[in-house]
Amino acid sequence: MQFFSQKHVYDFMRMRFAAISLSFILFFGSIFILFTKGLNFGIDFTGGTLVQLQYEQKAPLAEIRKALAVNENLKGASVTEFGSANEVIIRFSGSNDSLGSDIGISIANLLKDTGKFEVRRVDVVGPKVGDELRNKGLMAVGISLIAILIYLAVRFEWRFAMASIVCEIHDIVITLGAIALFEIDVNLDILAAVLTVLGYSLNDTIIIFDRIREGVKTSKNSKLDLIINESVSATLSRTTLTTGLTLITVVVLYFFGGSMIEGFALTMIVGIVAGTASSIFVASPALLWFNFSVIQYRQKELEKVKKKQEKEKLRSMYEKGTV
Amino acid sequence: MRSGKITYRSIIFFVVFLIGLVFSMPSIMQTQSGAKINLGLDLQGGLYMLLGIEVEEAVKSKVKSIASSLSYSINKEDIIVDKIKVNDTSIEFSLLDENDVAKVDLLLKDIKGLAIVHENLHYTLSLTQEEIKLTHEQAILQAVETIRNRLDQFGLAEPNVARSGEDKILVELPGIKTATDEARARELIAKAAHLQLMEVDDVRMDQVNNLTPAQAAEYGDLIFEDAKNSQIKYLVKSIPILDGSMLTDAKVGFAQSNNLPVINFTLNSEGAKKFGDYTGNNVGKRLAIVLDNKVYSAPRINERIGGGSGQISGSFTVEEAHDVAIALRSGALLAPVKMLEKRSVGPSLGADSIQMSMIALAGASILVIAFMVMYYGVAGIFANIALVANILVIIAVMAMFGATLTLPGMAGLVLTVGMAVDSNVIINERIRELLREGASIRQSVENGYKHAMSAILDSNITSLITSVVLYAYGTGAVKGFAVTLSIGILVSMITSIVGTHGMFEMFMNRMEKSNNTRLWFGYRRP
Repeated sequence: MQFFSQKHVYDFMRMRFAAISLSFILFFGSIFILFTKGLNFGIDFTGGTLVQLQYEQKAPLAEIRKALAVNENLKGASVTEFGSANEVIIRFSGSNDSLGSDIGISIANLLKDTGKFEVRRVDVVGPKVGDELRNKGLMAVGISLIAILIYLAVRFEWRFAMASIVCEIHDIVITLGAIALFEIDVNLDILAAVLTVLGYSLNDTIIIFDRIREGVKTSKNSKLDLIINESVSATLSRTTLTTGLTLITVVVLYFFGGSMIEGFALTMIVGIVAGTASSIFVASPALLWFNFSVIQYRQKELEKVKKKQEKEKLRSMYEKGTV
Repeated sequence: MRSGKITYRSIIFFVVFLIGLVFSMPSIMQTQSGAKINLGLDLQGGLYMLLGIEVEEAVKSKVKSIASSLSYSINKEDIIVDKIKVNDTSIEFSLLDENDVAKVDLLLKDIKGLAIVHENLHYTLSLTQEEIKLTHEQAILQAVETIRNRLDQFGLAEPNVARSGEDKILVELPGIKTATDEARARELIAKAAHLQLMEVDDVRMDQVNNLTPAQAAEYGDLIFEDAKNSQIKYLVKSIPILDGSMLTDAKVGFAQSNNLPVINFTLNSEGAKKFGDYTGNNVGKRLAIVLDNKVYSAPRINERIGGGSGQISGSFTVEEAHDVAIALRSGALLAPVKMLEKRSVGPSLGADSIQMSMIALAGASILVIAFMVMYYGVAGIFANIALVANILVIIAVMAMFGATLTLPGMAGLVLTVGMAVDSNVIINERIRELLREGASIRQSVENGYKHAMSAILDSNITSLITSVVLYAYGTGAVKGFAVTLSIGILVSMITSIVGTHGMFEMFMNRMEKSNNTRLWFGYRRP
């Protein structure tokens, strides 16, 4: 079984203006959403309290709100359904730093007339910890980007590194835009998902870049856009397959992973689609923008080979003792 | 050998597979013996807390305790001083007799870490910066130790208490099931159990209700409430006679008079001596027994109390008395703790999460496995064997290193299933390409692996870089995810690159003989 004819070279570069325009719209649309709507930082980053309750019947939201309003601190608490009609999440910004009292118990007391329920989860995060978690998260993204930049610059060439970073930023922004659009609570697990998207999309970009590098060395063409077309076509089958399979697992996760994982899976779905498309339509053309020159690269490679040969020559001369 | 060669590749793979199979079994089958994966609190239910320590308080109490022993020695040496005053971080006193300077200097020389300012006969003592730092450090280490001891005695399954960062403590209690258990555990941790024996200021005691704390401080006194009745207040000398650091044991007993629970404590030899000396010299005065800044009793001293034992009576329930005794035995916290972060997960939610992730894992695996066979034929079967080995070895490695599987970790595992086959997809695509160009099966397989290698290595190494960074900067959930993912990447290098190559080599002769590329690679040569 096979999906794509491996002989055919698709003209991806001709489509690049349409694709880049779409990317532009998505990218700046995401930035617009991020600025207008903003990210919903969850309590992991802002500090606050979250209590998850499971009722034996449908959760009476209105009654819960009324019962909570008795307490001055809980008046502004948000009460939302979570996963099913039986489960609710109560969120508010306060957090109590005393070890002695417990908010889960006091909420259970306030709500004891609203029906039979079980307290399933209580998360309390102090504001200081929230700040620290957020800073560490941003640091993780920054450092991994720099580390990758260095690795790629060493293994490929600096233009490849720059192109992949452009592509990474594109993917992360679009993923964040989707998170803002779908109003997903940004918590630690969402951060993990964003970082996975980063890794995944990079993976994809590198496999295409590896092919382009190979093409630059071996292709009969010396025009970069033709080489890109050849290389992307050659990896198309792999890209579709891997993305398809990974997408299947994440979609399964989305539908069957339970409400705790829903946000994580949705983020991954958007990220994988964006990451795959961008490695073809953003990363490769970016090489053109940065003026990657096939001829220069070939010359450099040639020089490298020459130097190596000279070294070997010298070594053999030394070994024979003819100097 | 009719079907081909057994090479080092297949041997490595076989060994790895076997290790994975053997060491993952305890986790999968949940047998009694053998190392198992720890389930994170989000999967098994329990309590997670991040505690902060108010280290400044430790410095204050250290200063106080220096003042207390100084006051004892000064009395003993018959040095006459204008009263010793303790501010938050410094001690002040004045000598009346110039001849005592030498004696005091000798006393002070024995106390380490003091910065001494000495003007005429007036002394100001404070801790040096180094000593303050040391005290902070000690407060944290001691808190970790103390909390661990307390939770151990509480009788929980596997409490985990560890220092986290500069000044935080991480507490994980997997066994906690009910809200009352949780409340008790939290109280036990929070209880400072700071025992002090203090002198009641009998002279001014009758003014206690008219004094503000600031006025009391002028006299070198503190106002404490009674433990039972907050209306009753006591005026006590701010420098304690001795404190809980000289305590060696604390046990629950019952008072003979009313059969209510009491706590009997024993002092070490130094404490016993101080206690004996003080009670001997102060017969007729009242002694306040103060626990966590509340007065439990204030009996009048009838005679010298030798032997170094005392009793705290109060309105304890048996359970309370038991917890106070644990807290006293395990040592007082040098500084109070506060809650920075708390996550508690009910056991039913944990069980639901496990079930959901298992469904997702199984579902994703079945879909991927079926698709690979359909698309790649026997090569797909090889990839699937490698995939199963990959999952088993991840579980085995996590079990061996005692790593914790969390909910995001589960997600990482599911994702590994999707990504692990990537290497095989790349390799198989390369093999097909070579077949298309007309290379022989043997050449196609050998060169397919060679050509695919640089792409696979580059992509795996970058993924590894991101997961290492994630691990280094992540906390809790993110860390769990990074662990599973990095193990997954490393293992997949052995299973899906070395392993499948070994399998191809094993069947090479048969493959060449049949020359049916459709069967072996799911692809008919053009």
